[in-house]
Amino acid sequence: MAQLISRLRLWRGFVLLLAGIYFAVPLGASVLFSVDNPMTKSWSLRAYTQLLGAPGFTDSLRLSLELAVVTVAILLLLLVPAMVATRLGAPKLRPVLELICSIPLVVPVVALTTGIIGVLRWGPDYLSTTPLFQTILAIQNPTFPVVLVIAYVLMALPFAYRAIDAGLGAVDVKTLVEAARSCGASFPRAVFTVVVPNLRTSLLNASALTVALVLGEYTTASILGFTPFTVWIAANGKNDGQMSVAVSILSLMIVWIVLLLISAAGRERRGRKSARS
Amino acid sequence: MTTTPLNAPPTGVPLHPGSATVEFRSLRRAFGTTTALDGLDLTVHPGELLALLGPSGCGKTTALRILAGFETHDSGEVLVDGEDVTKTPAHKRDAGMVFQSYSLFPHLTAADNVAFGLKMRGSSKSDRRKRAMELLELVGLPQRAEHFPHQMSGGQQQRIALARALALQPRVLLLDEPLSALDAKVRLNLREEIRRLQQDLGITTLFVTHDQEEALSMADRVAVLRAGRLEQCATPSELYARPTTAFVAEFVGTMSRIPAYRSGDGVEVLGRRHAVDGVVPADGELDVLVRPENVGLTAAADGGAVVVGASFLGAVTRLTVRLLDGTEVKVDLATEAAALLPVGGNAHLILPDRPVLVDRRVKSGQ
Ligand SMILES: Nc1ncnc2c1ncn2[C@@H]1O[C@H](COP(=O)(O)OP(=O)(O)OP(=O)(O)O)[C@@H](O)[C@H]1O
Ligand SMILES: [Mg+2]
Repeated sequence: MAQLISRLRLWRGFVLLLAGIYFAVPLGASVLFSVDNPMTKSWSLRAYTQLLGAPGFTDSLRLSLELAVVTVAILLLLLVPAMVATRLGAPKLRPVLELICSIPLVVPVVALTTGIIGVLRWGPDYLSTTPLFQTILAIQNPTFPVVLVIAYVLMALPFAYRAIDAGLGAVDVKTLVEAARSCGASFPRAVFTVVVPNLRTSLLNASALTVALVLGEYTTASILGFTPFTVWIAANGKNDGQMSVAVSILSLMIVWIVLLLISAAGRERRGRKSARS
Repeated sequence: MTTTPLNAPPTGVPLHPGSATVEFRSLRRAFGTTTALDGLDLTVHPGELLALLGPSGCGKTTALRILAGFETHDSGEVLVDGEDVTKTPAHKRDAGMVFQSYSLFPHLTAADNVAFGLKMRGSSKSDRRKRAMELLELVGLPQRAEHFPHQMSGGQQQRIALARALALQPRVLLLDEPLSALDAKVRLNLREEIRRLQQDLGITTLFVTHDQEEALSMADRVAVLRAGRLEQCATPSELYARPTTAFVAEFVGTMSRIPAYRSGDGVEVLGRRHAVDGVVPADGELDVLVRPENVGLTAAADGGAVVVGASFLGAVTRLTVRLLDGTEVKVDLATEAAALLPVGGNAHLILPDRPVLVDRRVKSGQ
């Protein structure tokens, strides 16, 4: 038995090592390449400083982060009430909701984007005499393209749905809501004060997945002609090889940092709880 | 009806000024083709603990949930203190509830769970804290105030849930099998504790259970439900001693059935005439129902019964005897007396002299 366990440990270490090498070697090589200076045979951060100094860096990064925040907010406001309501009131509709939320998985991003372009083209001709015309223009405002948020909400739907569904499965939503109502909380208040706090982890997971998706999305933004961080970085990294590698490392770092912040937000709360008890 | 003595509670938690009267009138509820409640009529008196007892699926939970406002009824009325509460939403019904499954809010400490209702009501933080501690004291868990539900045992969680249900001084307390997820020992303790608290507070309480022992030991009155209707509602002793139907007789306590024959206005059983308690069914074959403790047994080589089994229950031993026609009858004897009747021995069965309950014969194997 003990022998078996130690063999398993060995295997686990081996697999971890392999995976580590698989990820670390290319990453490390890229980092080395991006800071290497072949002329002086020493290293320099030229590629990075040039990148950070290039015009549009902060604007595009801010746009990406704003898009991420708004997308997460809309997605959660849309999904959580809908999912809680189906669980409590119409369990038979759950498969339907799941199906609807999964559709974006099978629609290629390019197809979605083409569809959006079609609508944006078609819209002005038909709506020019209605107030909706202004709306069509407003959602394409390059300082904050709402149309991208709409697209991202759709794209993130399957991931967010699954994350939240897992969270809802882990608590007895029906009993909790009923207990809260018998304590004098109205239905919306019960959902907000009792269900949502217990979905914390899964809401954070859903948010993290969505943020990662928004920060990494290139196709739609680029085809529609907006410049969030990914598009900017692609355009500015083309000039030289070292810089293009620096760009990919930088964007990886930024996504990591944001995700770490999100998961730290979740952990901090839990830490406080166990410290109190 | 028992009226609960309204003693001043030992802990300083004030009595609720008016414990409510609850009335179900011809309550009906169907889920698709299943009829959960089929014209339930029942009155719960102020301050009494009424147990709703019945087999699984007889509509106990449904009745409770309708009263709590979590379920609707198709027809009939639910009155609390004479007022129809149909249109009152659940959170305004003033009914505390303890659920079968653990229902504490996992993200809150015990104290915060208890104080939850007060928070919804907008009491100040210090008031909430004070009241929560009082209630935790009441259920004997003040030292658990800062613990989270996952750090407590099932019994402790149900106690906290009870404290939470009582925190708002509700007019009615609803308990839906609050003990069924607990192990036997804890269940016994908590049973007594719920009863003590309920009596101290004088709160009208509906207690759902399918455990007859629980119902008999705790309740002022027990309402036996069957297929969505009230079968009998009486004090535990009356229910046990004078069940009005065979269903109640067999559901509450143990009963043996012995074939019987009409004889005048009584029945003849094992060659003797007996008076009948209640009515004799007009047609069909008959059985009499007898409780094991009311049947006597004496060793007799020529007796018409054979002892086929014995199970030791402590002070009493329950013997199973088989009659000539194959009928099996359970007999409780003092353990010393039972020792004289070994398994395999012949014996003579003696039925009580008092009137017996008669029912249509149930075919064997049914
Ligand atoms: N929400 C529902 N949808 C469909 N049928 C239901 C629903 N709730 C209850 N029923 C049915 O109504 C009947 C009565 O149910 P109820 O839960 O009241 O029984 P119970 O007496 O509490 O039983 P148990 O002792 O098993 O808890 C059952 O046949 C049950 O299947
Ligand atoms: Mg039930």
